[in-house]
Amino acid sequence: MQQHVIASSSTNARLRARDLTAEEIAEIEHELTLYPTKQAVGLEALKIVQRHQGWVSDESMLAIADYLSVPVSELEGVATFFNLIFRRPVGDKVILFCDSVSCWIMGCDKVKKRLSEHLGIDYGETSAGGEYTLIPVPCLGDCDKAPVMMVGEKMHRNLSCESIDSLLPLSNAEGSK
Amino acid sequence: MTDRPLTKNIDLSRGALSLKEYVAAGGYAGARAIANGLEPSDVLERVKNSGLKGRGGAGFPTGLKWSFVPKSDDVSIQRYLVVNADEMEPGTFKDRMLMEGDPHLLIEGMIIAAYTIQATRAFIFLRGEYFDAERSIAKAIAEARDSGYLGRDIFGTGFDFDIVLHTSAGRYICGEETALLNALEGKRANPRAKPPFPQVSGLWGKPTIVNNVETLCNLPGILAYGVEWYQSLGSGGDFGTKLFGVSGRVNTPGCWELPFGVSIREVIEGYGGGMQEGYALKAFLPGGGSTDFLTPEHLDTPLTYTAIGELGSRLATGTMILLDDKTCPVGMIGNLMKFFAHESCGFCTPCRDGLPWVDTIFRDLESGKGSFKDIDVLKDHVGYLGPGRTFCALAPGATAPLGSGLRLFADEFAAHVSGAKCPYH
Ligand SMILES: Cc1cc2nc3c(=O)[nH]c(=O)nc-3n(C[C@H](O)[C@H](O)[C@H](O)COP(=O)(O)O)c2cc1C
Ligand code: SF4
Ligand code: FES
Repeated sequence: MQQHVIASSSTNARLRARDLTAEEIAEIEHELTLYPTKQAVGLEALKIVQRHQGWVSDESMLAIADYLSVPVSELEGVATFFNLIFRRPVGDKVILFCDSVSCWIMGCDKVKKRLSEHLGIDYGETSAGGEYTLIPVPCLGDCDKAPVMMVGEKMHRNLSCESIDSLLPLSNAEGSK
Repeated sequence: MTDRPLTKNIDLSRGALSLKEYVAAGGYAGARAIANGLEPSDVLERVKNSGLKGRGGAGFPTGLKWSFVPKSDDVSIQRYLVVNADEMEPGTFKDRMLMEGDPHLLIEGMIIAAYTIQATRAFIFLRGEYFDAERSIAKAIAEARDSGYLGRDIFGTGFDFDIVLHTSAGRYICGEETALLNALEGKRANPRAKPPFPQVSGLWGKPTIVNNVETLCNLPGILAYGVEWYQSLGSGGDFGTKLFGVSGRVNTPGCWELPFGVSIREVIEGYGGGMQEGYALKAFLPGGGSTDFLTPEHLDTPLTYTAIGELGSRLATGTMILLDDKTCPVGMIGNLMKFFAHESCGFCTPCRDGLPWVDTIFRDLESGKGSFKDIDVLKDHVGYLGPGRTFCALAPGATAPLGSGLRLFADEFAAHVSGAKCPYH
């Protein structure tokens, strides 16, 4: 099989593709039955790997590119295009906090401030205990229940500063202030 | 017959209807009408005559769009139907309700559209964050397949049809229909040059129709109850019903199915329960984040594409965003500009470089570092980013709230400079 490599400029190390797991391969194979080209499965494959590994490492990226026979640069071009493909490790749960217009009108900035204080993190960061990564997201399509956020796959609506602490328990007492 | 063909089955306090329940409620009657001998050309005629316009934002007549698919009896030519379910326009929350609330209505609409253009395969391009909709649609597709409503020779028509549910991963530009096609092909989702239009050369170069979720959900009713019924629902030159929403400081924000021609006042003050105590309506965007501001003097305007267009704005998605007197208009527009700057695909220069510049100026205004020259730069950008200057409609969309806001709220903009801070806090 053709072996793609990513050269890392900082260490000059040549990264190798990791082996995809049997589960990942089975899911990617299923997607391949649905589309007429392998390239079309790129995003699905990235999402499958992210679901299993939590994020998409360089080694995973290489493995998917190999498996689908697409240039790794093109796959990277797809991965970096999307807000929800993570090229860095994230916490156990990703918090997508809506910062769009209706939520802003309804005071999401205050809620965000409280959220950041509670978790001890700002956008793009992961809480000390590794539970949560906080990311801003455009309008989640629930504007009549603003402000809203999504934690993992679950929507939380009509947020207030008071409701934040109980919605997001932290196992590590140090993490909360 | 019903006057709420889109939402009659939707009750958010319980789950969506199963296929059995949907059929018991009269569902799949439109699809069965096809089985009883309607030809694709008959369906096209009815949809044209109904006056249905696309609900994805542009309001393009659906039957006319379909008629651009090259006619051919050669079924070996692959054609595709693509459902635009990428709802991500700020302040827009209507397709979510349809998909979570009544997925079989969408599937039935898709069967009707696909049969008309003879597309044997469809893709639903669903916003990645819509997990509840994903579950609801996946379940409905499985039920429909089990019952023979999808698959080979559906309804005994000799027509094969199946649906692939594709979930995206968060990027607003994917909602632009040609960017969406690139995304489905696994490419970076920049928009494509038009022509050729997707109807002729779309997904993998094949004839393709892209329709919005709500558009397709109109089709079962049109076939089941007829064109006359459909036209009796609307007034003011637009037919049928539409999902209209209100968000912001009203007492009962929400989204309701109402006939075209209902007044803005009725939606905001009636269904939305009016402004909350202590807040007054200052202005509003009538159809999502890419529309021009209107003001309280426009409250008695009927909600139709024409009437809102005559005011210099657009009906677009029909979901209104209200600005109240306690919220800074400059802050609100700045919030929208941050969104558009972030979601620019970066393909063409005015949008890639212009929107971040605009965004930076709004941040400066907010923090008291803005100058009067900055306001002039904003005004210039309304021209630089306007229709015809960029590769797709994202940047012109951003100029709608920007241009109208600069006109309407000139005093507020100036106050941010002269007071060197936001006067609202
Ligand atoms: C930047 C941008 C984003 C768009 N997002 C959506 C969307 O999320 N959903 C949608 O249906 N149409 C969206 N559209 C409009 C589509 O390009 C297209 O007009 C629509 O899907 C056609 O469907 P219709 O004829 O049924 O309205 C968007 C357009 C632009 C320029
Ligand atoms: S206008 Fe913006 S979003 Fe559209 S093609 Fe140009 S850069 Fe991309
Ligand atoms: S603006 Fe937050 S859900 Fe729409």
